[in-house]
Amino acid sequence: MSEITSLTLYELIKNIKEKKISSNEAAKSFIDRAEKSKKINVYVTENFENCLKLSKEFDDKPNFDLKLPGIPIAVKDLFCTNEVRTTAGSNILNNFVPTYESTVTQNIWNEGGILLGKLNCDEFAMGSSNETSFFGNVQNPIAEDLVPGGSSGGSSAALAANLTPVTIGTDTGGSIRQPASFTGTVGLKPTYGSCSRYGIVAFASSLDQAGPMSKDVKDSSILLEVISSFDKKDSTSIDFKRNNYSSELTRNIKGLKIGIPKEYRVDGMPEEIEKLWKKGIEYAKDCGAEIIDISLPHTSYALPTYYIVAPAEASSNLARYDGVKYGLRSSGKNLIDMYEKTRSEGFGEEVKRRVMIGTYVLSSGYYDAYYLKAQKVRQLIKQDFDQAYNKVDAILTPSTPSSAFKIGEKSNDPVSMYLNDIFTVPVNLAGLPGISIPAGVDKNNYPLGLQIIGKPFDEQTVLNIAYSMEEKINYKNNITDWWMK
Amino acid sequence: MDEIMSKNNSEYLIERNDNVYEVVIGLEVHAQVTSNSKLFSSSSTKFGAEPNTQVSLVDAAFPGMLPVINEFCVKQAIKTGIGLKAKINNKSVFDRKNYFYADLPQGYQISQYKYPIVGEGNVILDMPEGQKQVGIERLHLEQDAGKSIHDIDPSNTLVDLNRSGVALMEIVSKPDLRSPDEVNAYIKKLRSIMRYLGTCDGNMQEGSLRADVNVSVRIKGSTDLGTRCEIKNVNSIKFMQMAIIYEANRQVDLIEEGQEIDQETRLFDTKKNETRSMRSKEDAHDYRYFPDPDLLPLEVTDEFIDKLKSEIPELPDDKKKRFIDEFKVSPYDATILVSDIDTAKYFEEVVAKMGKNRDMKLAVNWITGELFAVLNEKNIEIAQSPISAKNLAKLINLIKNGTISGKIAKTIFELMLDGDIDPQIIVEEKGLKQESDPKTLEALIDKIINDNREKAIEYKQGKEKLFGFFVGQAMKASGGKANPQLINEILKKKL
Repeated sequence: MSEITSLTLYELIKNIKEKKISSNEAAKSFIDRAEKSKKINVYVTENFENCLKLSKEFDDKPNFDLKLPGIPIAVKDLFCTNEVRTTAGSNILNNFVPTYESTVTQNIWNEGGILLGKLNCDEFAMGSSNETSFFGNVQNPIAEDLVPGGSSGGSSAALAANLTPVTIGTDTGGSIRQPASFTGTVGLKPTYGSCSRYGIVAFASSLDQAGPMSKDVKDSSILLEVISSFDKKDSTSIDFKRNNYSSELTRNIKGLKIGIPKEYRVDGMPEEIEKLWKKGIEYAKDCGAEIIDISLPHTSYALPTYYIVAPAEASSNLARYDGVKYGLRSSGKNLIDMYEKTRSEGFGEEVKRRVMIGTYVLSSGYYDAYYLKAQKVRQLIKQDFDQAYNKVDAILTPSTPSSAFKIGEKSNDPVSMYLNDIFTVPVNLAGLPGISIPAGVDKNNYPLGLQIIGKPFDEQTVLNIAYSMEEKINYKNNITDWWMK
Repeated sequence: MDEIMSKNNSEYLIERNDNVYEVVIGLEVHAQVTSNSKLFSSSSTKFGAEPNTQVSLVDAAFPGMLPVINEFCVKQAIKTGIGLKAKINNKSVFDRKNYFYADLPQGYQISQYKYPIVGEGNVILDMPEGQKQVGIERLHLEQDAGKSIHDIDPSNTLVDLNRSGVALMEIVSKPDLRSPDEVNAYIKKLRSIMRYLGTCDGNMQEGSLRADVNVSVRIKGSTDLGTRCEIKNVNSIKFMQMAIIYEANRQVDLIEEGQEIDQETRLFDTKKNETRSMRSKEDAHDYRYFPDPDLLPLEVTDEFIDKLKSEIPELPDDKKKRFIDEFKVSPYDATILVSDIDTAKYFEEVVAKMGKNRDMKLAVNWITGELFAVLNEKNIEIAQSPISAKNLAKLINLIKNGTISGKIAKTIFELMLDGDIDPQIIVEEKGLKQESDPKTLEALIDKIINDNREKAIEYKQGKEKLFGFFVGQAMKASGGKANPQLINEILKKKL
């Protein structure tokens, strides 16, 4: 049974379709393993009983035409799930049970997926280490006391620990790609507007995007095909022709031009990251791609821009958590007192910090200097990419400036924590697709990822390059199941 | 108070110690868009439903819920802009106005700040001294908030979110208004235009039309604007006028005492008839406006606007002109007839049903006289008139062609009220047809003169007052049906 959990999504689907494994068997395997894996703390809410029931129902009346036939899947706890508690990793939504389903998760259930449970994440997706979650740290399956990245840390850890065949995260500034990089897994942030934001607890609306996280590139292509859809319920959803990502997946990337942006060679970047990048360039060449040096001149402004835009939107998006309608309500002497107590007790430190920053940058007298200027810089960052894409088909960079760090190592140093997003945030600001694939290890044997950034709506090329390089890199996680011992 | 108000026109001036002040008023009217569903959700907007029964997940701001613009509301706003002869902006932006309140579920109101959907326009007022043009600064779309109810539970405030998310048009005037009378005319004209367009029902009792009133005063003749105070959320014309009078006098008093006026937001207490400070400029909310990232900029093409232009009905100003030109109605009557779309419709239907031999003067008099009196008395709108335009036209035609006298017509009118009865039927059933046969009337008059020989002699001797006596007798003898004109003629001849 233990092998079931280590299968890729593609293999699991194949086995289920060939009736070698039943949906219920698969569900049982993942649940059994989860029961032994409490220590890594991936689940905020388990849906095990219901999952077993639904998998049995699937087996009784199987439909193998579906893209995810009876596949048990755990999802980040930022997606609202009908009648299953949805917390966004926050105390303020500790008791919140939606009566509705996010479009992305609905797309998964429509294709036969079955909910295993809700995965831990940084509170309101604000964090890079999963340490801001009200529900505690998540352990990186790679090594004890190592962060799994964030904010989709529960998702990346669950994937690396073989607790779900595939999962979904959300990525506002790197929250899919950075945890993927930290856990030796694959994470794809699609083009802004590809996956509906309907029913996803909002962090920063103009940046948030859901995407697949998986053990390999092919699995991401399968899941992206399911979750990407035009949705009238999200005004920023875009109606474009979506590829059949999995069937169009190819390793033939001969002649594709891949850009190497010189501005990503940042000061103080560890040598091993530099080495990894060089190795990546060689792999890309081996795959037949043409390597071209490019410039993205406004790269260094991306992080400060992001840390104005994202908190500004967040400060407004989180105003609805006021104790009036749902979620936590602390009692107070009057309305203002109730607001203050509810939000003081309901939100953690990092969320409060960002709400404060966001409120500040939108304040009259500061708006022009911060928010408006940030919006202008954001345009320049977009233009950098537009110009680069006149010359190249995709861009190759490291995913993160370092490998996973120890729990607690950066939790008192927000700026150093924010620096983790340095290679990922420009992609969100420009609304582009980006994928992180595992590409090697550092001196501690901790995984390191490479990022491939594509043109808008060109997820197919991004996937194809990743698929091709993945074969050459031939990375394998070495997970010892240390938490079970 | 030693104010002088010249009542022969709509001017409003305040005199203190030889200084004459005028009041400068600008209005921000909040008009609820006529639409079955809300601005960003599909919930119903029906008035008077049980609390919290017309609330979607979007209206209650549940996590992950997103606004989706209601195209119909956009069309309504554009139509209103066209009615205000205003510039329609091809691109407008929805912003978030951030503040905390229990009846504001999102913690922000979606509104339009820098880039409204409608730009500058104007409205023509018909004042006793002539027409006056009032500038429109802008019109923008925004969400209404819910309702906090403080007087049901002794210790808690209850919140009803039925109104949360309902579409409002905020129509901002330039500071062009100078008196309570002009404010009255402005609100009525605005309401009239929107009712013609079907974009707002203008029902102030139900809160479909409310206004924030900006008031400042200055020495008459000055071109500088004084410091203004904003009186929030006044929901009737009468209260607006009362608030303006109070506020203008308060400001004049302060100036005369040598004090400064603080720019502040004030509330009007309808019971005490006074305005009270709500918050000063220093305490003003910082709304932290920024473009709503959940909504793309709203773009409308010229074709879209042109199509809506082609759907605009004849508006009051044009209708008035046509009534004067085509129906030879006086400008005064025309203003009354077009002020309300249903009155105009009723009038036009009466005109149509009267046919070729129509009498406009009679039609105007019967509508603005008898019919309006009945509507007033019953406190109903003309749309619910107990007498249809068709039957009123018939009644007018019966007068016009001499079948009945004006006096009898009034009796018939009363009878028609009971179920919109055809006046022709009443005439026939009650035998109320006017007696216009000269032979019959001559015989009748001969008899009266015979019966009153002495009085006839007195008349001939010069007691002319007695003519009225004979007319009265003749009418009485005919049961009121005799044609009064013929009676006059015959009596003159016979006496």
